Amino acid sequence: MIDYTEKIPNNVDLGRDRVLQRALEHWQPAYLDWWYDMGPDESKELEVYLRTAISVEPDGWAQFGYVKMPEYRWGIFLQPRDQNRQVNFGIHKGTPAWQEVPGEYRSTLRRVIVTQGDTEPASVEQQRLLGGSCPSLYDLRNIFQVNVEEGRHLWAMVYLLHRYFGRDGREEAESLLERRSGDADNPRILGAFNEPTPDWLAFYMFTFFTDRDGKFQLCALAESGFDPLARTCRFMLTEEAHHMFVGETGVARILQRTCEVMNEHKVEDPSDVRALGVIDLQTIQRYLNFHFSVTIDLFGSDASSNAATYFTTGLKGRYEETTIDDDHVLKDAEYPVSEVSGGKIVTRNIPALTAINERLRDDYIHEIQAGVTRWNGIIEKNGIPFRLTLPHKGFHRAIGNFAGQHISPEGDVLSEESWNNRRDKWLPSAADHAFVESLMSGRVIEPGKFANWIAPPIRGINQQPLNFEYVRFN
Amino acid sequence: MDAATTTEKQVPLEPVDYRTEPARYKHWKLGFDGAVATLTLDINEEGGIRPGYKMKLNSYDLGVDIELHDALQRIRFEHPEVRTVLLTSAKSRIFCSGANIYMLGLSSHAWKVNFCKFTNETRNGIEDSSAHSGLKFLAACNGTTAGGGYEMALACDEIILVDDRSSAVSLPELPLLGVLPGTGGLTRVTDKRKVRRDLADIFCTTSEGVRGQRAKDWGLVDEVVKTQQFAERVKQRALELAEKSDRPAGAKGIALTPLQVTIDAAGRHYKYVDAQVDREARTVTLTVRAPESAGDCSVEQALAAGVDWWPLAMARELDDAILGLRTNELSAGLWLLKTAGNPEAVAAYDEFILSNQGNWFVREVLGMMRRTFARLDVSSRSMFAIVEPGSCFAGTLLELALAADRTFMRDSEEAEKPAAMTLSKMNFGALPMVNGLGRIAARFYEDAGKIEASRALIGKKLSAKEALEAGFVTAAPDDLDWEDEIRQVIESRVAFSPDALTGLEANLRFGVKETMYTRVFARLSAWQNWIFIRPNAVGPSGALKVYGTGAPVKYDWERV
Repeated sequence: MIDYTEKIPNNVDLGRDRVLQRALEHWQPAYLDWWYDMGPDESKELEVYLRTAISVEPDGWAQFGYVKMPEYRWGIFLQPRDQNRQVNFGIHKGTPAWQEVPGEYRSTLRRVIVTQGDTEPASVEQQRLLGGSCPSLYDLRNIFQVNVEEGRHLWAMVYLLHRYFGRDGREEAESLLERRSGDADNPRILGAFNEPTPDWLAFYMFTFFTDRDGKFQLCALAESGFDPLARTCRFMLTEEAHHMFVGETGVARILQRTCEVMNEHKVEDPSDVRALGVIDLQTIQRYLNFHFSVTIDLFGSDASSNAATYFTTGLKGRYEETTIDDDHVLKDAEYPVSEVSGGKIVTRNIPALTAINERLRDDYIHEIQAGVTRWNGIIEKNGIPFRLTLPHKGFHRAIGNFAGQHISPEGDVLSEESWNNRRDKWLPSAADHAFVESLMSGRVIEPGKFANWIAPPIRGINQQPLNFEYVRFN
Repeated sequence: MDAATTTEKQVPLEPVDYRTEPARYKHWKLGFDGAVATLTLDINEEGGIRPGYKMKLNSYDLGVDIELHDALQRIRFEHPEVRTVLLTSAKSRIFCSGANIYMLGLSSHAWKVNFCKFTNETRNGIEDSSAHSGLKFLAACNGTTAGGGYEMALACDEIILVDDRSSAVSLPELPLLGVLPGTGGLTRVTDKRKVRRDLADIFCTTSEGVRGQRAKDWGLVDEVVKTQQFAERVKQRALELAEKSDRPAGAKGIALTPLQVTIDAAGRHYKYVDAQVDREARTVTLTVRAPESAGDCSVEQALAAGVDWWPLAMARELDDAILGLRTNELSAGLWLLKTAGNPEAVAAYDEFILSNQGNWFVREVLGMMRRTFARLDVSSRSMFAIVEPGSCFAGTLLELALAADRTFMRDSEEAEKPAAMTLSKMNFGALPMVNGLGRIAARFYEDAGKIEASRALIGKKLSAKEALEAGFVTAAPDDLDWEDEIRQVIESRVAFSPDALTGLEANLRFGVKETMYTRVFARLSAWQNWIFIRPNAVGPSGALKVYGTGAPVKYDWERV
C-alpha cells in the first residue's frame, strides 16, 4: 500500500478516494518503471535541486530542495473549485459547469485528454539523452525540472482518466506509458512528439515553441465545461510557464554568446563563427524554422469539424475564451483562413466554428512573434545587423491547407523542385546537426562553469548563485 | 389532410390500453361451436380508437387489433377445446379492406409504425399457435379481401375465397397509395404462398386484385367456392382442419381475468413487473420479479392457479408493459432491464414447464412466454440489462439479458451475495426469437462449440467474471466503477439519434439468419419506414395524402 498523502501530494482527497487509490496502485509502479526505462538517462542517483508542488497555496507550489528524481513527489493538483463556474461557450453556455463527465461526451473527452496526456511523457523520452551533453549544472537542473514536471503533467491527465473514465480510463492511462516517442511500431500520437530532440539547441527551441503549443492547448482546455479538466489545466499552466522560460532564455543565452564572440573576433561569416566554437545565427534561424513549422502543425487542420464539435459541445474553448467579446456560440461568425489557390496564397472566410484550430494557431503565432522580437533585441543590442524572422505559416507544413504545398519562409508558392533545392538553406541539414552536436560532445558539470557556446544566465534558480551545486553527483 | 394533421396535434390523446375482454369488443364477435371458434369481423364505423375517421368497409385500426389479440388469447387459454379458428366477416360482400386509410393519414409516423408492429406480432402469433399449439386457422373470405384484410388471411393456414364474380383478394397499397403492405403481405405471398415472382408482381400492382380460379391458380388462396356452397364448405373444411389438431377434448380452460395494473406518473406497476419511466432521462427501468418459491409444481396446481401462476402472470404483465410502453412512452428510448427474486424458483418453473409440454396449458404458457419475449427483440428501444446483487437473471428471466443490446454485471467480490447469472434449458431454443433461434444460439451465431460450452453451464451460478468469460456480459464494472460507468453508458446511449439506433439495433439483434418473420420486420423498419415518409407518399401531392380527395397524385419520378 502507498501512503498516499505523503508520497503523492494532492488536493483531490486521494487518501479517501478508493477509485483513485485502486487505479494508482497499478499505475504508480508502472509509471516508475517507465521513468527508469525512459526518463533521463543515468540520472537515478543524482541529487537534483528541484522545485516540487506540494499544495496549490502561493507558498506550496514551489518547494525547493535536493531530490533523487525517482523519489520526486509527483502530485495531483487542481485549481480550487469555483462553485459558480458555468459552461462559458457552445450550446451549453450558461449551464453549471460539469463536475462529472457527461455520458454523451465521454469518448470525445477521453480522446482529448489522452491526446494531451500523450505529449507529456513523449517530451521526456525525446530529451532523455541530453543530460550527457549539458552546458552547465544550471541547465542540467533545468532540463530535469522540465522532465519531472512533464511527468507531473502526465499524472494530471492520468488523474482525470482514473477518476472519471472507469476501466477505459485506466486502460488509456496504461497505454500512455506504453507508447514510445519515435518508435515506428508504437509511436506517440502527435507527429512533433516523435521527432528527436538531438541537442540542446533543439531542446531550447522545443521548450520555447512546442511547450508553448502545450500552453495554448492547456489554455483552451482550461476553458472546458468539464470543470475537473479546466481546473487541472489551470494548475498545469503555472508549471508550463517555467518550461517556456527555459526555452526562451536558453536560445537568448546562445544568441548572446554568439554575438559576443562575433564582436570580440569581428567575424560575420557563419563558417568563421563556427570555427570559434559557437552556433552561427543562420543555423539558429534554421532551427527556428523547423521547430516553428513542426509545432504549428500540432494545432490541426485549418477547418476542422472535430474542433467545431469540441467547441459547440463545450469541451474545449478558445484562448482566453471568457475575455473574448463575442457571443461564444459562433453560430454565424466567420474567421479567415489561408490556402493556396491558383499558385497564390489567398485568404477566405469560413465558419468560425470550424476555424477554431486556426484561431488558436494565430493566437499562438502572435505570442511567438513577441518572443522572437525579444531575441532580436539581444542581437540588436550587440550591434549585429542580423535579425531572426518567423517563417510564413504555410512553410514546411504537413497538416492543414498548406500540407503538400511548397511555400518558402517568405510565403512564396514554389515548385517542389525549387523548394527542395533550397531546403538546406531553410531547415537544419545533416551538416548543421553534426556541427551543433560537435559542440556538445561532452558535459559541463563544474559548478559555475558554462559551455563555450552559451552565455550564463542572468541569475540562478531560487535566488541561488550561479556557482550553486544544482546537481550533486555522488 | 394538412388540416387533419393539425387536428392530430390538438386532441389530447388518452394512453392506449391493450386490456380488453369480449364483453367490451366493438368490432369482433367471438363464437364457439365445439372444436370451432369463429371470429367474425363486424367493424363499428364510429368505434375508432382515435377520433377523426370512420372505419368503413370493415377497415381496421389499432383498437380492432387489440380486440383480435385478446380474442386469440381467450381461445388459447379459456377454450382448450377449440381446434380450428375461423376468421370471417359479418358484412355483406366484404371480408376486410385492411387498415383504415384515413386513420393512417391522420396518424403520426410513430403511431403507424407501432400499429404495424403490433398487427404483425398478432399475425405472427396466429402462425405461432398453428405451429406450436395445435390451433388451425381458416380464413373464410366472404367478400372483398384487400390489403391488410388479405394479410390477415395470409396469416391463416388456409384461405377460402368466395367466388361471386366480384370478390377479389388484393394488395392495392402500391398502385393506390404509393406505399407497401405493412403486415407481411409481400413476404407471405412469396415465402408462405410461394406465388411466382412475376405473378406476384402483377398481383401487387393491380389495385382490384385477383379473383376466382385465377386466385387459386396463382396460389393466392387455397380454394374458391361459389356463394351458395360457401358456408357449408367453410364449415366442412374447419372440421377437417380440426382433426389435425392435438388440442385436448374435454379439458377446462382457465379464465383470463383482467390484468391488474396501476398506471401513474412514475410508470406502470404490476404484481411481478414494474416499469419506472424517467421522462427527463428518457429511460424506463423495467424490473421483472420472480417469486420466492415455485412451490410444489404440478399440472393440477398450475391449472388451479391459472392466471395467477407465476409464469403466466409474469408473461401477461410483461406483455402488457411492453405494449403500453411502446405505444405510450415514445421518448423513453432506453429500457434498463432488471430482475429480482429467487433464481431457484425460476429454475424450478423452467424445469417443470419444459417437462410438461404434453399438457395443453403448460404448452400455452410457454407459447405466451415465447411471444412476449419475442416482442422485446423487435421493439424499437435500446435495451441494457443491469445485473446486480439481488438480481434474478436465471433461466427464463435471463432471456431479458440475452435480448438486451448490452448487459452490465456488477462485479462485487466482497459482497455477501454478489450478482449471479444462471442458465437453464429454457435458454436453448424454448423461447426463440423471430429468427427461429434461441437467444444463445443467436448470440453466438449458431457456433456449435460455443452453444455446447454454454449448455455445460446450465444450473451453475455464474459470477460476473465467469459470465464475462462465457460471453453473456458486455462489461463487468466493479463496485468502484459501477455507478459512474452505468450513468455514463446510459447518458451516452440516449444522446444518439433514435432513428439510427433503431436501425442499428435491429441489424445487430438479428445477425446472419433470416426467416420469413425477420424479413417481415426488416421490411417494416427499413422499406416501409422509408417509403412512408417520402414525399411520394406523404408529401402534399403524395398518394397517401391525396387518397380519397380526388386530387391528382404527383410523383417525383427520380428513382432512389
